[in-house]
Amino acid sequence: MREVAIVGVGMTPFGELWELSLRDLFVDAALAALRDAKADHLDAIYVGNMSGGQFVGQEHVGPLMADHLGMRGVPSTRVESACASGGAALRAAFFEVASGASDLVLASGVEKMNDGADVTRVLATAADQESEVYHGVTFPGLYALIARAHMAAHGTTLEDLAAVSVKNHAHGALNPKAQFRQKVTAEQVMASSMVADPLRLLHCSPVSDGAAAVLLCPLSRAKEFTQRPIRIRGTGMASSSMALADRKDPAYLDAVNLAANRAYEMAKLGPKDINVAEVHDCFAIAELCALEALCFTERGRAGEATRAGETSLGGRLPINTSGGLKSKGHPVGATGVAQAIEIVEQLRGEAGERQVKDAAVGLAQNMGGSGASSVVHIFERV
Amino acid sequence: MPSPRYWREIPARYRLEGGRCPKCGKVVYPIRKVCPECRTEGLETIALSRRGRVVTSTVIHVSPTEFLMEAPYPMVIVETPEGARLMVQVADSDPDEVKPGMEVALEFRCIQREGHSGILCYGHKAVPIR
Repeated sequence: MREVAIVGVGMTPFGELWELSLRDLFVDAALAALRDAKADHLDAIYVGNMSGGQFVGQEHVGPLMADHLGMRGVPSTRVESACASGGAALRAAFFEVASGASDLVLASGVEKMNDGADVTRVLATAADQESEVYHGVTFPGLYALIARAHMAAHGTTLEDLAAVSVKNHAHGALNPKAQFRQKVTAEQVMASSMVADPLRLLHCSPVSDGAAAVLLCPLSRAKEFTQRPIRIRGTGMASSSMALADRKDPAYLDAVNLAANRAYEMAKLGPKDINVAEVHDCFAIAELCALEALCFTERGRAGEATRAGETSLGGRLPINTSGGLKSKGHPVGATGVAQAIEIVEQLRGEAGERQVKDAAVGLAQNMGGSGASSVVHIFERV
Repeated sequence: MPSPRYWREIPARYRLEGGRCPKCGKVVYPIRKVCPECRTEGLETIALSRRGRVVTSTVIHVSPTEFLMEAPYPMVIVETPEGARLMVQVADSDPDEVKPGMEVALEFRCIQREGHSGILCYGHKAVPIR
């Protein structure tokens, strides 16, 4: 396989973007990525998109996006793995370049959630319809079941959960692309309205519109497009049981651990080599479980580490410097690609007030459903 | 859930039938074609006990539209004595008392009403054993 680099990045702000359609969002992000690399053509496009069909009644998203980008004729494929669609699209693009089949491939993600759809119901289609959703569970409900299992097994507290939201909002306040650019206090988090006990509104990522795109090429050609290429050192993906009830330990995200181990092995790096990471904090408990499954902390210790500031900017291993899904926003299909962009900006030294000093190696972890799919990528400054 | 699809779920939902792997003994609910542990095909149908222990729980406050009238309602993952795990609502309870470790009975109940005509769809809910 060939070495692969990211040579261009682009994304829209995340938020309630009423004036922009699904296709507008994609085109804005894709054009920004092409401009960033001064590229004028593409060999292939991958579009991560969870549910254009249910959110805006639009399937066949691949060719639609190629058409509107002015790239008719270019092969363009929609990739779906629920909220991990973006990460899965990046992985598909990586392999297309690594294999030698193509040189210039766009990995993108897009979601238009604020167009009148019943968002709770659409998101629930990422859970098992027959054994879970039929009985009335929601996505916050699934993560609440994970949270209570984690609290029972490891003594994780409501304060630990609140600390995740407080940290991610503090980071997001520094990100011009974030949906919510204000800090919150632990008291505000714990007084916000109950969604699914013990998860409250400020433990949950918002409903967002947005798109993100990165341009990949062989590392050997990267200098044609940028002075600061970022190498993709490892990619790993894994699946787990669809239904949460079928996990041996509902408090452990085994697909995240499997995906991470595959990425670490490919990169020949371990958790101690990572300087900055974006993890899939769709709910506060998900960040704690991800930290443990990625082996950034011991099992059961992620809450304590978060409260101690180990994962804040300036801490031992800053997590979700972008604000995470919680504060930056979570347009589900775009999230995995936007995570990669935050890491690229950190490794290029372009993260502004959010910059992690001397960051050389970063990781992004994206997840679908209640953890039935996960994608992990490891990036390195060249 | 459209009626023809609902009809296929009747053995699991009405009779609480699961599957047992003839080779490794793994019990699953609902039944499936291939054992998730050892990939043996041809699981045997077994009837699950109508009781179990709560593995983990939540209380849904913001519900899907179909369940608006019930909210807030507790939901749990229950493990039956056979080792099957299923996700169900908890009925006839004080939501605050529903916690991991609690013993529950599984009772045949109405789960939701389908579509504008309101066709009744059944299944099982957990009820605390007092």
